[in-house]
Amino acid sequence: MSALMRGLSRTPYYVLTGGLAILFLYPMIWTAVSSVSPQPGSAQTDGYGFGNYSTVVNYQAGLWTYLGNSIVISVVAVVVTVLVSTLGGYAFARFTFPGKNLLFLLTLAILMVPYATLLIPLMIWLKTMHLNNTLVGVGLVLAVFQLPFATFMMRISFEAIPREMEEAALVDGCGSFSALRRVLLFAVKPGLITVGLFAFLAAWNDFMVPLFLLGGDKQPLPLAMVNMRQQVMGVIDYGATQAGVVILTVPCVVLFLVLQRHYVNGFMSGALKG
Amino acid sequence: MTLTQAPSIATAVTPPKRRYRARSLRAWAYASPTAALVLVFFVIPVVLVFWMSASDWPLLAGNRGINLPDNYTDVVDQRMFWPAVGFTLKYTVIATVLLIGLGLGLAMLVQESTRWRAFMRTTFLLPTALGLASASLLFYALYSPQVGPLTPLLEKLGLIEGNVSILGTPTGALWSTVFLIVWRFAGFYMLLLLVGLQGIPGEVYEAARLDGANRWQTFKGITLPLLRPSLALSTIMCVTGSLLAFDQFYILTKGGPDGSTMTVVQLVYNLAFESKRNLGMAAALSVIVLLALVVINALQLRVLRGTDEGKGGKA
Repeated sequence: MSALMRGLSRTPYYVLTGGLAILFLYPMIWTAVSSVSPQPGSAQTDGYGFGNYSTVVNYQAGLWTYLGNSIVISVVAVVVTVLVSTLGGYAFARFTFPGKNLLFLLTLAILMVPYATLLIPLMIWLKTMHLNNTLVGVGLVLAVFQLPFATFMMRISFEAIPREMEEAALVDGCGSFSALRRVLLFAVKPGLITVGLFAFLAAWNDFMVPLFLLGGDKQPLPLAMVNMRQQVMGVIDYGATQAGVVILTVPCVVLFLVLQRHYVNGFMSGALKG
Repeated sequence: MTLTQAPSIATAVTPPKRRYRARSLRAWAYASPTAALVLVFFVIPVVLVFWMSASDWPLLAGNRGINLPDNYTDVVDQRMFWPAVGFTLKYTVIATVLLIGLGLGLAMLVQESTRWRAFMRTTFLLPTALGLASASLLFYALYSPQVGPLTPLLEKLGLIEGNVSILGTPTGALWSTVFLIVWRFAGFYMLLLLVGLQGIPGEVYEAARLDGANRWQTFKGITLPLLRPSLALSTIMCVTGSLLAFDQFYILTKGGPDGSTMTVVQLVYNLAFESKRNLGMAAALSVIVLLALVVINALQLRVLRGTDEGKGGKA
């Protein structure tokens, strides 16, 4: 009886949270369903099907070009972020060297500077370095924006490893680099996954950096989708836009669900408190 | 001190000083990729933006020499400058109050660990995995009078008349964007505050319960004060993010209708590529944004962190 009463008294809670859950899930479900539903003014006018997706596939340079651009940018950003922050985090955690605090503070200071403040000079500066309108250039810029979080995260990951573990490896005749490669990397693996995941989500989804720095056939998917929407004056193909959103979103949602623990760890670590 | 030095001479082949130098050289080797990236893609651009802001620099013609302080005065005299500043501040206040309030509310709803709550957490967090651009495109369709479900709904409720876009009025455009931002970011702030909530020891609540404190007293007397560091961090991140808002307005409203939702960062883009095609002016405005942000964050740190000792070192 009392269990039933308790259950009943919790009902408002379940109604409230259930309602909120629907509110949060609804936009994504609506988009996914609409993208294959019949809509006037799109390629899918009667019956369910993938007409909108073929509009996206055939848009200008083709979906595969834009998808390829997004993949190259994301891979460059993830590889550079992971590599640089691992080496840097190791140096900050385990060594003292002249200029250490200055360099660390300078890295964190990237957080304080607005995207726009860096993008205006980067347009000119990348040209000087012959990196203008290149995917690698944009990948590097996105990696730099990830550095404050990534370096902080890797630093505390290395600091959490007991020193004995490293010393054991050094006594066994490893240099500091092979100690890093053979022993420590396994200990910081959760941190590495978190850093890689955040770098991927940021690079894959970024809109503003490519908007300033890339054009034409070099556009990544988010920029191409936004431009596709504005193609025909007055007439907007919502169906194709929805298909584009689905294509952009699926990899993120899958990665998020698979790696949710690491995603949440990024917050728990206090790295965001940097 | 001197005693411990003695055996090290016997064991170490190299003198300690040279060994220290070798070790810091190795450390610099590990840190050098970081240093190179920070120098090339951060320090140099920051220096360059100050230089550009002092130069006559049209988008297509390139650098045409120093013209200090013309860019700055031109930017401030620009028709859109003060409206953009005003709108950005208004949007920041609305977004921050709503996001921190709702984030805290959600965090308290899902605080305990049960299966249902874990599912709720995942649900609230899911939108944060989407890009802001994808989310904006998604809501652009959702709000459209042609295909979106919202316009008919609002029409039935009598909030709008006829089949018009809710993005068509300044108020509608602002609140539609706020709704999108709340949907996209509420889970993010929920998680940040959840971390803070879980850092509050259970005994404190227990003690309050034994003292006969009611829910509201517990919330005001224990949760809020002990949550202060997390609240401060969330507020600073939210204010910074909102002041620099770009994607959502660029995609959803294009600054319209009639420039009523033009944010400061959008104005940077506008000056560089659309209205003036002048990189000097755009650089001057970005410098103003940068300095304003530094001042605002310094003030916030002072007010929000107040007396409690600084955790970690934000630059």
